[in-house]
Amino acid sequence: MQLITVAGSPSVGKTSVILRVAELLRQSGLKVGVAKFDALSTVDDELYAQKGIPVAVGLAGSLCPDHYFVSNVEDCLAWGERQGFDLLISESAGLCNRCSPHIDGVLAICVVDALAGVHTPKKIGPMLRLADLVVITKGDIVSQVEREVFAFHVRLANPGAQALFCNGITGQGATDIVQHIRAAAPTPSLDGSRLRFSMPAAVCPYCVGETAIGETHQRGNVKKMRFADLEAAR
Amino acid sequence: MSTALGTLPLVEVLDRHPAVADFVKVLGLPAAPAALTLAQWLDELPDEAFFDVGMERGQMLDHLQRLVEEVRAMESSADARIDSLTLIGGHDKQGRMELVELTFRAGDIVCIVGPTGSGKSRLLGDIECLAQGDTPTGRRVLINGREPTQARRYAPDRKMVAQLSQNMNFVVDLSVREFITMHARCRMVVEPAGMAETVIACANALTGEKFAPEVSVTQLSGGQTRALMIADAALLSASPVVLIDEIENAGVDRKRALELLAGGEKIVLISTHDPLLALRGARRIVIRNGGISEVISTSERERANLQRIEQIDAMLMGIRDRLRGGLRIEEELEWPN
Ligand SMILES: Nc1nc2c(ncn2[C@@H]2O[C@H](COP(=O)(O)OP(=O)(O)OP(=O)(O)O)[C@@H](O)[C@H]2O)c(=O)[nH]1
Ligand SMILES: [Mg+2]
Ligand SMILES: [Zn+2]
Repeated sequence: MQLITVAGSPSVGKTSVILRVAELLRQSGLKVGVAKFDALSTVDDELYAQKGIPVAVGLAGSLCPDHYFVSNVEDCLAWGERQGFDLLISESAGLCNRCSPHIDGVLAICVVDALAGVHTPKKIGPMLRLADLVVITKGDIVSQVEREVFAFHVRLANPGAQALFCNGITGQGATDIVQHIRAAAPTPSLDGSRLRFSMPAAVCPYCVGETAIGETHQRGNVKKMRFADLEAAR
Repeated sequence: MSTALGTLPLVEVLDRHPAVADFVKVLGLPAAPAALTLAQWLDELPDEAFFDVGMERGQMLDHLQRLVEEVRAMESSADARIDSLTLIGGHDKQGRMELVELTFRAGDIVCIVGPTGSGKSRLLGDIECLAQGDTPTGRRVLINGREPTQARRYAPDRKMVAQLSQNMNFVVDLSVREFITMHARCRMVVEPAGMAETVIACANALTGEKFAPEVSVTQLSGGQTRALMIADAALLSASPVVLIDEIENAGVDRKRALELLAGGEKIVLISTHDPLLALRGARRIVIRNGGISEVISTSERERANLQRIEQIDAMLMGIRDRLRGGLRIEEELEWPN
């Protein structure tokens, strides 16, 4: 079986693109399943189910969605094996720009949305920077010039990676994604695999339920903002 | 190779490679004493500085090196000049073979006609992605008589084919001048500001409603936007092939627009029923039921008719301009015969 991680900020079009890609993969006789990760809730499972694509859902709830993802991805792989999939696609919403579920040796796709504005690619961290393939959606809504400028910034944000446009609604561009997927290596196991980038580090009282505000509650891994006026006074 | 970049003084790296300088600036990494090399500077940064910007120490130098190489590759890749584009037929919705092979040359204008839903957009889509028998129609597209390389298919910022879609919204909130200058910079034009002025002047020549370079792109009317996008596609776009999904009669001088595009040695394909456009091309492709059913060469009689249609159109444009100027249209109109 082959695992593919698909990540992108909320509502960029991950599900739309995966549905198009899965349709093409299934036409060529492959069995495709999806593992959907989200924070609080999702209706993506219904979208996948409507198209007859088996889906497993994981909601991180109060946990950091990234930590939740790594702790569960092996179990997803095992589920995929049990179901006899040829391909398992994980869909996860990168909820902060620092998030990145990408794993060494596993095809990593980042979905970005041309509507986000031309400077967004600079701001997205490892999720975009360390992806193998960047898929740009919603190009149909913006002008040709903005598409070109956006793609240029994507290239600078992840130099050397492949990037392409895909329309999540019409599926234009999905065949190119399929080609990349078919060329990628299988994932027999994740035992000993490594994340491409470390997860957000946070061990402080707020992680475990503290809600009170004030200096005395700030212990452990605390980092303070710096203000220019105070810096100058020092 | 990465060592080479690392041994240069940091200031020199930042000075020589604006993309690296921009990257470092966006990350907000702390500044360094002038004497340090790039590698020394990175060595002295604490681990925390890397984690905070979403990088690992070991990934940084490699990333910067890739960035420098990518910019160099973009600069050196001469604009994709193409002489011809060949469309090899696939099949229609019923699986009937199309049995056509059409070759378009730089400067050609080709129109695509057919009822709504007949598959015109699909044809534009096939060309846009340089289909290789891998789309539902089974069509194939050759560049200069050959299958395009992977690198050419996947270069989203300098695609072989630019598609001017019906939707032309802007998300950026920039003035027209800033916006086009930004595009010119991405295209690594030597004088971005001068180029922007040229594009804007050209766009203004295409539309009855002139606009100033200082106006925000989000405030442009539909016609102004179209004019700007056409001028940009002709003068600044990386793509030698331009696909247009209808140029509505939104106050754009369509004849001039086509001349501008074709004059830039582009291959222009337009899906349209506008007689001014459809009769201007040397050929028009008729789509029925998802397939190419006929290719009509524009006849002499049609060309003669086009001239008359142009006269009528010019007259209408004149009336429109006068209406815009607050004038009355009361004289006996003399239509060309
Ligand atoms: N115009 C346009 N709309 C798109 C495109 N791709 C997706 N959309 C729309 O964008 C919305 C969000 O798409 P989804 O596929 O659900 O996005 P997502 O990234 O899976 O969202 P979450 O899983 O909730 O984070 C939907 O309304 C889609 O129809 C595109 O290429 N063009
Ligand atoms: Mg989704
Ligand atoms: Zn996170």
